[in-house]
Amino acid sequence: MFNTTIANLIGLSWWKKVSTAIMFIAVLLFVLVWILPLVGAIFTALRPLQDLRAHGFWSIPQEFTLENFAVAWDLGNLNTYLKNSFIITIPSLLGTLTLSSLVGFAVSQYKFRGNMFVYLLFLSGMLLPFQILLIPVFTLSNYLGIYNTYLGLIMIHIVFQMGFCSFFLTNFMSTIPSQLAEAARIDGCSEFKIFYKIFLPLTKPALAALGTLQFTWIFNDYIWALVLIRSDSLKPVTAGLATLQGQYTTDWGVLVAGSLLAAIPTIIVFILLQKYFIKGLTMGMGK
Amino acid sequence: MKRDKFFSPWLFLILPLLLYAIWVVIPAFYTFFLSLTRYDGLLSPEFIGLANYERLFSHDTFYISLLNNLRWVVVFLIVPVTMGLFLAILLSKKIPGARLFKALIYSPMVLAPVVIGLIWTWIYSPRSGLLNHTLTLVGLQTLTRGWLSDPDIAIYAIIFAGVWRHTGYVMLIYLAGLTSIPPDLIEAARIDGASAWQRFRHIIFPLLKPTTTIVIVITMIESLRSFDFVNIMTDGGPFRQTEVLANFMYKEAFARYNMGYGASIAVILFLIMVIFIFIYVIQRREEYGGGEKVV
Repeated sequence: MFNTTIANLIGLSWWKKVSTAIMFIAVLLFVLVWILPLVGAIFTALRPLQDLRAHGFWSIPQEFTLENFAVAWDLGNLNTYLKNSFIITIPSLLGTLTLSSLVGFAVSQYKFRGNMFVYLLFLSGMLLPFQILLIPVFTLSNYLGIYNTYLGLIMIHIVFQMGFCSFFLTNFMSTIPSQLAEAARIDGCSEFKIFYKIFLPLTKPALAALGTLQFTWIFNDYIWALVLIRSDSLKPVTAGLATLQGQYTTDWGVLVAGSLLAAIPTIIVFILLQKYFIKGLTMGMGK
Repeated sequence: MKRDKFFSPWLFLILPLLLYAIWVVIPAFYTFFLSLTRYDGLLSPEFIGLANYERLFSHDTFYISLLNNLRWVVVFLIVPVTMGLFLAILLSKKIPGARLFKALIYSPMVLAPVVIGLIWTWIYSPRSGLLNHTLTLVGLQTLTRGWLSDPDIAIYAIIFAGVWRHTGYVMLIYLAGLTSIPPDLIEAARIDGASAWQRFRHIIFPLLKPTTTIVIVITMIESLRSFDFVNIMTDGGPFRQTEVLANFMYKEAFARYNMGYGASIAVILFLIMVIFIFIYVIQRREEYGGGEKVV
């Protein structure tokens, strides 16, 4: 009521401008405080330790240096850890997308006994707390001789992420009309060809969204890396950061620089593929 | 032809299902079995009945962890959900730079919890941390403290790092929900003289109800993923006051090799999660039912 009274007094367009300006400033202030941890981290990593010790964080920087980054990269082994992260993430991503699109196709396009069961099986896997799998998968990996190998970690990522991915892709593929498959079948197309030549290309938007989301999820995994990898030379960057923390307990310049280096790949993916990332999250809710 | 159609779904499914059975389904059940055994990860498990659970229910750390998990859920349900909703409504309006603001608010979501945990450990660090330093600078020395070493507040300090990551996610879901509200509805209410609060209270919020349910369930599930933060920030300290079930379990199973005991903690975690899954499934069914009615 109050708003409209003022709006009538000073003219609607004027009131709109003022209220927009107030909102803009409020949001701007909030966002500045909100990203302070990140901006603060960047500035701390870029400044030499003596400068920070002597003048404190809010002083005007005397000089900038990349030394913290260099130390984290070389002595802190971030170069190896990051390389490992990619070696683990990329095959996991491809594997889980491939297998899940098979599931999505089969469950969404065929009416068969057990169809609903398979769907629910993957749906419940998506919601399963992974803690319940830690000990048996550790034992299983030991038994198969893939404990402390890339393969061991890749396998659990592929299979565990299939829960969410199959659910997501089944939902998406069920929006593709089944007449398409029928028509191709009449033309003598094999079942696999229908999947590969017709359905997979049509699923590309969903695969892009899902792939972006999964990249960050697999890349950011921490607990599976702790449980399934022992050797420092095989650790992905998340587990590597824990090691770095052990080495440089309170040398915050190096630790923060290391954290930022570890974050760069996901930040790049986010900036370039933001649209897909958000689509993945909102599509996944089955909205 | 008919035969072909009968077999073909299973030809697509055989490999995914086989792998899924080996790495997920069987292990999930195996944990229940292991929770009834004494097992060190090497020698074969020895059946001891419910002894692990008896021990667990008389273990102080178990109750501390459970309470801390509860704190995560409660704080997560209050802070990021309210803030996320508020931000979504604010940023769904035509504000200059809204797109950039949105991106900056949810950017923490792409960072690994470990990365966020480490950055916040720096912020909280007693001497060189950003928080104490800033407080001192603005004359609030009395508020400075060892944020992660004070047993009374350490857990909340950790949870806040989680909140910082989660808020953008909530905002994003609400933004998606808001687009489904027809703007004419709000416009009509405005013309009828409804204030901003009335419009929110009687139109926007009720229409966002399905979105809110999704937000609540996702938030509850997310709040159980506290392991990464706790493990990197305090590892349960000081005096195990920040322990959560997942970290408690991890330490028992993989540092002390009490894997049977660890399995019993995992089972409890599972049971808590089942309650959440149950709510989620019911919600999805309602949603489907509702959808049919509308169409």
